Amino acid sequence: MGGPAFFLESLVKYQYLQNAMIAAVMVGVICGVIGCFIILRGMALMGDAISHAVLPGVALAHIFGVSFFIGAVTTGVATALGIGYVSQHSKLKDDTAIGVMFTAAFALGVVLITLRRGTGVDLWHILFGNVLAVSRADLWMIFAIGLLVLVSIFLFYKQLLLSTFDPTMARAVGMPNSLIHYLLMLLLSLVTVASLKTVGIVLVVAMLVTPGAAAYLLTERFSVMLLLSSILGVISSIAGVYFSFVYDVATGASIVLVASLLFSFSFMYSRVKS
Amino acid sequence: MDAVEIKNLSVSYKGKKVFEDVTFSISPGQLVGIIGPNGAGKSTLLKAIMGLTSVDCGEIKVLNSPVSGMRKNIAYVPQRSTLNLDFPLLVEDVVMMGRYPHISWWGFPSLFDKKMVIECLEKVGMYKYRKRQIGKLSGGQQQRVFLARALAQEAELLFLDEPFAGIDMTSESMIINLLRDLKGEGKTVFLVHHDLNKAESYFDSLILLKNRLIAWGSREEVFRIDCLREAYDGRIVSLDSLKGLMVVNG
Repeated sequence: MGGPAFFLESLVKYQYLQNAMIAAVMVGVICGVIGCFIILRGMALMGDAISHAVLPGVALAHIFGVSFFIGAVTTGVATALGIGYVSQHSKLKDDTAIGVMFTAAFALGVVLITLRRGTGVDLWHILFGNVLAVSRADLWMIFAIGLLVLVSIFLFYKQLLLSTFDPTMARAVGMPNSLIHYLLMLLLSLVTVASLKTVGIVLVVAMLVTPGAAAYLLTERFSVMLLLSSILGVISSIAGVYFSFVYDVATGASIVLVASLLFSFSFMYSRVKS
Repeated sequence: MDAVEIKNLSVSYKGKKVFEDVTFSISPGQLVGIIGPNGAGKSTLLKAIMGLTSVDCGEIKVLNSPVSGMRKNIAYVPQRSTLNLDFPLLVEDVVMMGRYPHISWWGFPSLFDKKMVIECLEKVGMYKYRKRQIGKLSGGQQQRVFLARALAQEAELLFLDEPFAGIDMTSESMIINLLRDLKGEGKTVFLVHHDLNKAESYFDSLILLKNRLIAWGSREEVFRIDCLREAYDGRIVSLDSLKGLMVVNG
């Protein structure tokens, strides 16, 4: 078993490894950026919920032979709407509504997939990723989603920032807060689809929250936080793919562990500094 | 023209009436205090005027139009405690938010916007703190920054929710002086305020609230012992010799 030299050699030699690396790096950037908004809006649980809620969509898309995209976005956004509806029309708090709705969606997804056992959809791969099976088409899809996410955030930076920091002022000056919320949920569903093969549904939330949380502890400026978070996401991805290849362990989990390690460094640094 | 005109306004929250049948009008160029005991519905009234609360019935007009068409002209200074002050924002970033309503949906701040931010920071004496993270300032300094944000918006109407809660005297007198300047420019400023001692000297008009409108109008019309007794459930001690009032358990 070799070290970095062996890894680089393999990277040059094997297409599947290149694809895995490119996919992981793109996912690191996308998740890192959108994760900053998730953290500052106090929506880590919501991020977890939406990523899980994508599962039934993926299953239905497979059953009806349509694109993953459409299925995932449909059930992701429908769950977000359902959570909003339940928490606004009952005395339940947000976190309870989230807990009820997303587990329902997730369970439905598991049932649908196990119903169709033997048709080539591997539940394990959807839940935990299968980065070695990233195809050219997957790369283009991740690229397109990444572009859409980054362009949306670039265009609506002001709206996203103000509605996150001071929602009351945002509404007072006429910004459509709930539209912005659901736009973010839509982007979140897309990001989950993009991350399916690299980290999988279950661990997406780590890629959303952990690099952003580490960046949050290191900076006092939002634009820097966005940049730092995506850099940390990319470092986690590269190191994660490396460890996963060299030690032959699950890639998604390996990426997430590196991110967690980076977070603990950032946490210690911020403790020492204060 | 009235700056704000409210007719028969009733608002409830989760099935409970916050206030009922509130009617008043305020002409422009005034400092208006919304006063009353805790839970009287002061903040709710402020939010209702800004069109942020669903109302049971009644009519709200801002500068003779429904509020929805006047949003650019409404600047808001929130209660500091409602914000996450650890948010990664520098003082200048916060003030720039006041310029957002003037920048197109996808546009970026222009040189003029940046100049405006500097100008407003100088007005509140916070220019030298422009690169500080907002959470690292004192309460009074934070409040001045949020006032600078409202100034940068160049709005006709300003709404401040308890701006003097927990801040130092220097900041308080600086803020009140700036608000008086704004009034001089013909702008209308609404403040939610709970300290009766200063209410009389600060405001031109007062709105006294206790789940309904107890009194509104000039200082003389509102600052009467019977009105205040009613609002504060009789927990008022009057010190006539000092020509002052004191609220007990207000």
